[in-house]
Amino acid sequence: MEFKKENKLIFQGLVKEYGKKRVIDKLDGSVVNNRITSLIGPNGAGKSTLLSILSRLLKQDGGEVSFMDKSLHVYKSNELAQKLSILKQSNQTDVKLTVKDLVAFGRFPYSKGRMTETDWQKVQEAIAFSDLEDLTDAYIDELSGGQRQRAFISMIIAQDTEYILLDEPLNNLDMKHSVHVMKTLRRLVDELGKTVVIVIHEINFAAQYSDYIIAMKDGKIRYNDEVNHIIRPEILREIFGIEFDIIEKNNKKICNYFNL
Amino acid sequence: MKQGNKIILLIVLLVVSIVFFMTYHMGNNLDYVLSRRSIRLATMTIVGISVAFSSVIFQTITNNRILTPSIMGYESIFILFQTLIVFFYGDKAFKVISQQENFFYAVLLMLGFSVFMYFLIFGRQRKNIFYLLLMGMVMGTLFNTLSQFLHVIIDPNEFSIVQNFMFVSFAKMNVKLLGIATITSIGTLVLTLRYLKYLDVIALGKDHAINLGLDYNKLIRTFMLIIALLVSVSTALVGPITFLGILVTNLTYELFKTNKHVQTVWLCSAVSCICLITGQFFVEHILSFSTTVSIVINFVGGIYFMYLIWSSRKRIS
Repeated sequence: MEFKKENKLIFQGLVKEYGKKRVIDKLDGSVVNNRITSLIGPNGAGKSTLLSILSRLLKQDGGEVSFMDKSLHVYKSNELAQKLSILKQSNQTDVKLTVKDLVAFGRFPYSKGRMTETDWQKVQEAIAFSDLEDLTDAYIDELSGGQRQRAFISMIIAQDTEYILLDEPLNNLDMKHSVHVMKTLRRLVDELGKTVVIVIHEINFAAQYSDYIIAMKDGKIRYNDEVNHIIRPEILREIFGIEFDIIEKNNKKICNYFNL
Repeated sequence: MKQGNKIILLIVLLVVSIVFFMTYHMGNNLDYVLSRRSIRLATMTIVGISVAFSSVIFQTITNNRILTPSIMGYESIFILFQTLIVFFYGDKAFKVISQQENFFYAVLLMLGFSVFMYFLIFGRQRKNIFYLLLMGMVMGTLFNTLSQFLHVIIDPNEFSIVQNFMFVSFAKMNVKLLGIATITSIGTLVLTLRYLKYLDVIALGKDHAINLGLDYNKLIRTFMLIIALLVSVSTALVGPITFLGILVTNLTYELFKTNKHVQTVWLCSAVSCICLITGQFFVEHILSFSTTVSIVINFVGGIYFMYLIWSSRKRIS
């Protein structure tokens, strides 16, 4: 577990308890700048809890998150909203909104509801970035799950934060939309220099599209390393408790865990 | 119909209902009739706007369109307070305690209750808002049952005094109280206007609101205080009125597909004033005070709401 000083999002000794159950137990680590980091691990490993604490949605019972040399809870909520964004997995809403309206909310930390010319331009860019131009005026409750997810990601893009945290963005998406979302995230990092942290269940998506992987189990971080060091049969077996067969083709690692 | 036309129609309806209410069947004593009617009109406007604001805000922060602030038990505590006064002082009750004093104590009690509830829930542990609703509901039921128990054991003549407070009435108006209520409500509304833009974001849900940089807990606290102020003042003024909230908010949502709260609250206020004024008009001139305004509004408004749901159902299929 390397601990780099130049990283801007660092956590130390994080503890969260529900009643007597410790869901995460003294986590230390950091997120590498300008890269995609995937949080992987079995259900109940504490991935979403860690992500929620890193994004201030949840308050930890112990430990400290430091973001850009300041403790996370020192920040004013609005200041933080211009530097770090979070998208949770369930995004049901009854509000009658068009895609454009929704994406425009991403500008709220800057505009406070009074949208300027620049704000609308950012909204247009965000919509274009996630290929949603055709759906700009569609109502989000009439979209498919995949389109709605992309609309919410587009809102996060419009928020234009250096750090983007996503909790299972591929949940309920088919393969095509999953690939689309992951490619969008990849472009955010490669073209715009963002830092992305995602919780992800499908190991192959983590292996193909991320740079670093934090592997968790039973509320502890077991590994925090580059993808290539994590995608190994013995490590994945340790984390998930099933057999893995790693197939290498064209320099890409594919994990097979079916019928082994 | 276009949004703009609908808004114009709404304003026309509001003006027409006000004109009708003020001028219909005036009789000979113009001064007397007009001054009495303008007091009632002012009361209905203040109450209508308070109900609209408090209900829209309450529904947005709870993310639920079938709730009104009455679930928090404000009205039960108001009725219990009135019942207790009558229980202890009997038919002399409102000679011992003046209308103004009664108003003040009722408002203080309702505000105190909401603050107490708030600290009970948010003081030690950070519980979510649904615990607050649950507690409000349980306490409300408790107060209701206590009132009912007292209703059964007091003298039937005294019960009829209490009954005056159990139904909305614009007849028993008092100019001083109206003045105080107007100042309090306008003060609260001015405070609210600054916060309305945050409601649009809160409507997306708690996580999104925090992500977009809102100080969520502080805002919810502010909004709960605003609701408590608006509801207590209007309840102490005319009686348990928040039943109106569920109807007028849903009418507004069905008629105007807008998600900007800055618009919604005012549209809803207009709808709510129209309901109150026409309802009161019917009660005074057509039903000659044989029933209460709440029954008229719920009956007519309820049927219209069902019609709206019915027609939107047909449009979908």
